[in-house]
Amino acid sequence: MTLAPERPTTAATRTGVNSRLSVTSAEPRPQRPELKKSGRPNPAAHLTPEQIEEIGRELDAIRAEVMDSRGAKDAAYIRKVIKTQRYLEMGSRAALLFSGVKVKGVRPFWWIGTAGLSVSKILENMEIGHNVMHGQWDWMRDPKIHSTAWEWDNASPSSQWKHSHNEIHHTFTNVLGRDNDLGYGILRVDEDQKWTLFYLFQPIWHVANALMFEYSIAAYDLELGGYLAKRKRLSDKEKAEFRKNAQEVVEKIKRQATKDYVVHPAMAAATFTGSARHTLTANLVANLVRNVWTNTVIICGHFPPGIETFEKTSIEGETRGEWYLRQMLGSGNIAGSKAMHVMTGNLSHQIEHHLFPDMPSNRYAEIAPKIRDLMERHDLKYVTGSLAKQVGGVYWKVVELSLPNKVEGKRRRDVILKAAKKAIKGKGGQGRRY
Amino acid sequence: MTATLNPTDRTRGTGRSAPLAGVLDGARKVAQALATPLVPSDYLDLIDPLRSGADLRGRIVAVTPETADSATITIQPGRGWAGHVPGQYIRIGIDIDGVRHWRAYSLTHRADTADGLITITPKAIPDGKVSNHLVRSTKPGTLVMLDQATGDFTLPATLPDKVLFITAGSGVTPVIGMLRSSLDDLDDVVQIHCAPSERDAMFRDELLAHSVAGRIRLHENHDDVAGVLDLADLDDLVPDWREREAWVCGPTGLLDAAEAHWEAAGLADRLHVERFRPSVVEPGEGGVVTFDRSAVTVDADGGTPILDAGEDAGVLMPSGCRMGICFGCVVPLREGAVRDLRTGEITSTDENSGTVPIQTCVSAAAGACAIDL
Ligand SMILES: Cc1cc2nc3c(=O)[nH]c(=O)nc-3n(C[C@H](O)[C@H](O)[C@H](O)COP(=O)(O)OP(=O)(O)OC[C@H]3O[C@@H](n4cnc5c(N)ncnc54)[C@H](O)[C@@H]3O)c2cc1C
Ligand code: FES
Repeated sequence: MTLAPERPTTAATRTGVNSRLSVTSAEPRPQRPELKKSGRPNPAAHLTPEQIEEIGRELDAIRAEVMDSRGAKDAAYIRKVIKTQRYLEMGSRAALLFSGVKVKGVRPFWWIGTAGLSVSKILENMEIGHNVMHGQWDWMRDPKIHSTAWEWDNASPSSQWKHSHNEIHHTFTNVLGRDNDLGYGILRVDEDQKWTLFYLFQPIWHVANALMFEYSIAAYDLELGGYLAKRKRLSDKEKAEFRKNAQEVVEKIKRQATKDYVVHPAMAAATFTGSARHTLTANLVANLVRNVWTNTVIICGHFPPGIETFEKTSIEGETRGEWYLRQMLGSGNIAGSKAMHVMTGNLSHQIEHHLFPDMPSNRYAEIAPKIRDLMERHDLKYVTGSLAKQVGGVYWKVVELSLPNKVEGKRRRDVILKAAKKAIKGKGGQGRRY
Repeated sequence: MTATLNPTDRTRGTGRSAPLAGVLDGARKVAQALATPLVPSDYLDLIDPLRSGADLRGRIVAVTPETADSATITIQPGRGWAGHVPGQYIRIGIDIDGVRHWRAYSLTHRADTADGLITITPKAIPDGKVSNHLVRSTKPGTLVMLDQATGDFTLPATLPDKVLFITAGSGVTPVIGMLRSSLDDLDDVVQIHCAPSERDAMFRDELLAHSVAGRIRLHENHDDVAGVLDLADLDDLVPDWREREAWVCGPTGLLDAAEAHWEAAGLADRLHVERFRPSVVEPGEGGVVTFDRSAVTVDADGGTPILDAGEDAGVLMPSGCRMGICFGCVVPLREGAVRDLRTGEITSTDENSGTVPIQTCVSAAAGACAIDL
């Protein structure tokens, strides 16, 4: 999942019916070049257009098999998760009413309530909210569990999230310049992204982003960065649209903050156990835990080493098969236990999720071995690893790519110093506004 | 989960004295602030889905077989249940294989019973999704969605002196409801009850008992021995049928025949019919797509996504990925059938389903359809 600021106009990109609807193409598709523009090897160069079409057909069949067998068990699953999450939330919040009570020097209700609330918020955002908003459960025709009606416990209003995430990110996954999930505009996570002085400090940006993740998501969905940069060139209509969206975000944040930081602490105050302040800190901690955890899971989806990026031109006239191929190469999984899959909203099966974003999340585990087999048969790298390994890989990248790429005959220190001097003189304007 | 307020949540507390209304309103606001982004009912529904103020639901408490392929389903309705007039029906929404289906069933219980339970009596039809499920697989304890009773196939406030009921198959259900509630007040009732065979006749024992007790005059028509009822025989069977207020319920053929028969006699206003058969949408290839609110109509072929057809005709269509993954294009199909361009699967509406949400970017018209946009 991710955030992307670019809103392409539909009319400009459309010529006839979308080529991605079908694995076959009216025009013959070109063979992929040996090297990408950046000079790095193209991981799919060995596949002929016919093979890619065949991969598309095979994936369509895997999809159909699962989608045709959706049934009572799946419905019971999501209802159970929702029920569990809501009871957990109510229980944790009830415990927090007494979070100020001290027993032998510790505040047991604070610890229980905070832990429960953190887990509840994570479930609500990931296994429930993210997946419901993807339409994974629309087939049940239950208006209470439907993508068009869902609102989640997150700063970003669901309508804006659905646009930037479901539409932009999932369609243009890992396409340089189209999918700004590649570092959310503040991180350099691929060597093919141009280095600027701003990225020198990206370990700091990264940590700050993780801590405030729900707000950064809201800012991205709102395209705040783009707005600030282009403000002068926008038409009145675009500005009005932005203001309307911004208003919506502000209202949402207000409601969320009032609930967590005012109303619940006030309820706790009414128990006269000195719990108001502790309820407030509990909510703060739970929100931070949720932010850091969701950020951790999400960076593992597309940034770990071994995951590919794509150029804009490479997706013109893309067929469904080619789109599938890009999804598989542009995503990475996290290996782990069943509990871990649930806590990541099954985004630990990021590859499967990106192939079939509307497939019920509880079914990804069963198709994972088939997808892995298909990729390995075609010499494509199925990126997966433990959470520690994937996170470690990303953090290392964040540090490593904060420096410019190594180039023969040029010292990196000189590149940085030059950029710094330029910035100080005020000529640069290199830093990316966020 | 809904972002919008449930109307019952919103209107609670109105119509009371001002200070009390103020307190209730304040309490409601606090509850709302506690529950956001959900609404309080999302939590309350977990605890008591049948409470007053909730969306109307019911819990099935018993399934009692009637004939080999029909059964009476007894339901405890939620506390919001507003009662019914005998002869009316309810819409019931039940989850089968995880998917919610809505169908209409006439209420067969006596009105205003003390226990507050309501009953419907579905008859399983061949390949019928919901009727078979209700008759054969439903377990007591199941929670179903309900709508308040509706329909005008009812007895008038001032009861007519002479009544004729013609029922066929499961068409007896609204009439049994009327008899159970009003027979004491009806002086002269004739009923023609048709069924494929004696074994298939629903509520036969009950009707026979009334007949033996002289409370109704019953004529049974079992198709396997008597052939299908021919209304030309009506003069022989019920010589005074012209003097009777008539209620007829059964298969389409019988209803069409009855309407023609009473019309021909110049008595159309004495006839009341109830049609069980929803008008069915037969899927085809392409068709005329109407965008209701935009007042635009286009002729779309079977290979063009409705999204493209609508946009080309200037309709402001919501959209996103245009390939079926983002659900940004979902709009309500009010009427008609569409085909999924990826799988060929048909999605259609009927009178009971209400609107059905569809993804326009991967759906093509399969016959005429109307989109609520
Ligand atoms: C006002 C009203 C009251 C009703 N009351 C009752 C009642 O008391 N008891 C009862 O058993 N049914 C009643 N029905 C009919 C009921 O709503 C369903 O249509 C019926 O149970 C079939 O649904 P299904 O899901 O089993 O069949 P589906 O799966 O929807 O249909 C299966 C096949 O049967 C055909 N079909 C659909 N409905 C009918 C029908 N009614 N007759 C013949 N063929 C049909 C379809 O075209 C399809 O080919 C009532 C309908 C209405 C509109
Ligand atoms: S436009 Fe994305 S699902 Fe239809």
